Amino acid sequence: MAVFYELEAEVIVVLKSFIWPVLVVVGVVWLTTNSVRSAAVDPTSITIPMPKSDSTSKETVVRVNQELARLRSEANLEMANPAEELTVWRRLSLALHGTIPSLEEIRKFEADQKPDRLERWLEYLLNDSRFDDYFAERLARSYVGVEAGQFLVFRRDRFLDWLTTQLHERRPYDEIVRDMISGTGVWTGEGEVNFITAGFANDEFDPNKLSARSVRAFLGQRMDCAQCHDHPFDHWKQGEFEGLTAYYGQVVNSLAGVADKHSKDYVVEDRLTLEKRTVEPSVPFHPEWLGENGSRREQLARWMTHPENQRFERAAANRVWALMFGVPFLSHRPVDDLPDPGTNPETATLDLLGEDFRKHGYDLRRLIRVIAATDAFRMSSIYPLPESEQENDGDTLQTAETIQQAKERWAVFPLIRLRPEQVIGAMLQANNVRTIDQNSHLFVRALRFFRENDFVDEFGDPGVDELQDWSGTISQALLRMNGEFSRELTSLNPLGSPGRVATAGSTPEKKIETIYLVCLTRLPTEAEKQYFIQRFEKDKPDQAVEDLYWTLFNSPEFSWNH
Amino acid sequence: MIHHHSFRNLFQRLTRRQVMQAGLGAGVSFLLPTLSARATQKRGQERPKSLIVLWMAGGPSQVDSWDPHPASAVGETVGKIKTRLPGLEISELLPQMAEQMQNVSLVRSMVSKEGDHERGTYYAQTGYLPDPSVVHPAMTAIISKHLADPSIEIPQHISLASGDGFVVPRGGFLGAEYDAFRIFDPGRNVRNMKPNVDEKRQQRRLEGLDVVSNAFRQQRPFQTSETLHQELVNKALTMMSSKQLEAFSLDDEPKATIQKYGDSRFGRGCLVARRLVEQGVRATQVVLQGFDTHINNLKGQTKQFQILDPAFAALISDLKDRDLLDSTIVLCMGEFGRTPRLNPLEGRDHWPMGFSCVLGGGGIRSGVVIGETDPEAAKEEDKRVTERTPPKNPVSIPDLYATILTVMGLDPYEEVQSPIGRPFMLSEGSAVEQLLPEHLI
Repeated sequence: MAVFYELEAEVIVVLKSFIWPVLVVVGVVWLTTNSVRSAAVDPTSITIPMPKSDSTSKETVVRVNQELARLRSEANLEMANPAEELTVWRRLSLALHGTIPSLEEIRKFEADQKPDRLERWLEYLLNDSRFDDYFAERLARSYVGVEAGQFLVFRRDRFLDWLTTQLHERRPYDEIVRDMISGTGVWTGEGEVNFITAGFANDEFDPNKLSARSVRAFLGQRMDCAQCHDHPFDHWKQGEFEGLTAYYGQVVNSLAGVADKHSKDYVVEDRLTLEKRTVEPSVPFHPEWLGENGSRREQLARWMTHPENQRFERAAANRVWALMFGVPFLSHRPVDDLPDPGTNPETATLDLLGEDFRKHGYDLRRLIRVIAATDAFRMSSIYPLPESEQENDGDTLQTAETIQQAKERWAVFPLIRLRPEQVIGAMLQANNVRTIDQNSHLFVRALRFFRENDFVDEFGDPGVDELQDWSGTISQALLRMNGEFSRELTSLNPLGSPGRVATAGSTPEKKIETIYLVCLTRLPTEAEKQYFIQRFEKDKPDQAVEDLYWTLFNSPEFSWNH
Repeated sequence: MIHHHSFRNLFQRLTRRQVMQAGLGAGVSFLLPTLSARATQKRGQERPKSLIVLWMAGGPSQVDSWDPHPASAVGETVGKIKTRLPGLEISELLPQMAEQMQNVSLVRSMVSKEGDHERGTYYAQTGYLPDPSVVHPAMTAIISKHLADPSIEIPQHISLASGDGFVVPRGGFLGAEYDAFRIFDPGRNVRNMKPNVDEKRQQRRLEGLDVVSNAFRQQRPFQTSETLHQELVNKALTMMSSKQLEAFSLDDEPKATIQKYGDSRFGRGCLVARRLVEQGVRATQVVLQGFDTHINNLKGQTKQFQILDPAFAALISDLKDRDLLDSTIVLCMGEFGRTPRLNPLEGRDHWPMGFSCVLGGGGIRSGVVIGETDPEAAKEEDKRVTERTPPKNPVSIPDLYATILTVMGLDPYEEVQSPIGRPFMLSEGSAVEQLLPEHLI
């Protein structure tokens, strides 16, 4: 097996050594054909679709907002003011494409004065194939993890292609999940089958891995602990875990692919007696959801996604919420560790979102639209503290408690550290005046691809834990300040936005404003503007431009979603 | 439930913050008069302990190194040589280490439950099986946290590792701040440590950064300080100007010393590791990659052990000469061993049931040899990993770590909690008595 592995590695090395000369040639051609174009952006290159929200989704948004208001009033919390629309636009772009808006998009957005522009621009983001690519990778992490997995029988790339296609074709979410649970065939041909082959480790198929993962990913709960003992916190029992696992117990794999052998028993070794015993498939509740016919996995798929299985819709709502905000609705708990439905009134929002999701065809885009329209997503990250608390830099225990409550009860938009791919995505986009998308030149896209991978590698990828609120590291701060990426992306060259801004014949004030828009999606405050105008007048003009890019890239505002 | 959590969360955060502030204070400690009791100046046993892990990535072959068997039993291999430890023979690929074996101990009966690189590395670096619902901290991360020295301005958990495709030890649920700080080309170039511009411009940039940061902070002071963004920038700046950075450089090392360790990245890494220990860094990993010899095993392993031998031996003797061996544990191992039987491509495949590790220093009893492997183990190759007969006196990874923690003065059974309140012991194993110094038994 390793022969293939090593050959593969060699091919990659050869490819890597070829790609740079090729890129340079392509780049030069591109440079000569493009540099004559002016830095001014043609706003007609983006077509903005009509908004998709209907009266029923608006109704759901109203109900969610009422619920959020209830959460706030319980703790006597104010609601933060609405955020600037450009700020909301930046959040959407980071959540759905993993990058910030381009100058091209900002200009067009600013020129659009109709009241529903955010809704229409959200449609633009959702219709763009960058959404399919980006969201597929984020969702895939919960379905198959980030590891390369068992060699030969697991192909993460095929799984990702398949999932991207499902999102592109707008398949209902419950159908996507049923395909994953019950898929058969060869993992290279049928991408969804890799959900099953991800259950291989040490050359053995481990059905426990799949049942635990299914419950986490699709039902938003954890029963992993019940694998060895009864779950100490909630009601999952070891027997229930085994019964559920038995649904994956008939999986067989051969060169013909993954299939189910209906005569196969699921046998486990008892942990105490070390005796082997056969476990019959069983579900912990509502066996009637399983249906009658089909393979065990088909039955399990029906059970997991049954319209009455509220865990299914709540889990999806919580995950999409987490992808939009950076942390799940219960922000102090992992995204896949929700309390049982009906046991915690704090999670009523998820009930409302889940219900809307189910009633409208498990449409992920609709779920995103609804969440994006709620007060929680639209509000500012500034919490209106009473004047008495604004002193002392807000550094009092009382403030700490208020802000903590406000964050937990969604009375203020939380500051969440951007994930590595968002940081480099934002830096790369800020380095370009135009939107980097599928229409970008191959050179720009290839450069983006390699830089993104290298950066994420050096920055550190939190993998499946990416929806938790982690702190940063010193090496990340050093990478942002002194790294090759930051040097390249802030330096003046005719291709990048710093170079274009520097050579554009405008006043320092205009240049500063442009750089702020490109990096932070906002204009400078008066104080900032005055400070940097003075810098531009004192320092060498080219250096002043580079320095401002560097400064903005290293600011907390750049790398914390706000 | 939510109230309970929020309350706990709140105080956890404040604590983290206070700790960071304390850390920040320590960050400017170079401005204060030097502390006379500095750890770095102490020698011998009183010195606070450090751990150096020589990580043999890919799975080194035990039969070609620490646990030789006749070729008739295991297929093509190399001869044995006597060592300074009476009765102990190791492979002739390790002549310099043969001179040092009396200073270390050898476990020939390591057992792991994982035969896959990713999962095996995780298990062998954390002592816990991979569990998708939690990321366990690497042993080195635990040590860097629990034995942290506040006077140190450089990270206390460092991985000296070049190349791609290996796993940097992580802080896991302890937090990303305990991830190993990675050095790509040991002794040559510490990446990202120098500003891209001259000092005056750097000052201007930082002044500008203050202006922009303040604009953001102004209306959200608490949330902004909670991000620790500025603290990390300050810590990075402190590190960039710290004199302790010299530990990463080999400029002032005599040529002869560098040569003693061998002219390789790994050799330089080992020398840097010694310098880091002298600064008081708690946990360092030096990675040697390339042990995954599924084809032409002997050639591949020979190349690797020729790199390891001088570096490892020089490290032990150098630590000893400087009276640092009593306070520094050196551990040499990989994620698993290799099959006792050659495959048709003259390679050896993964073998987690009976492989070797070498450890010594820091109070670990020296000159001990634990366990032996059955040269006929090859006949069990077709069995599942979990069903193979373990070697005599098996030592599990958690046992190994319980031993190291105990010797370093930590309690393996100490309970720590993950952020969601799940309790874990530092290690689930129990210390191997034969390796403990007398006062700890």
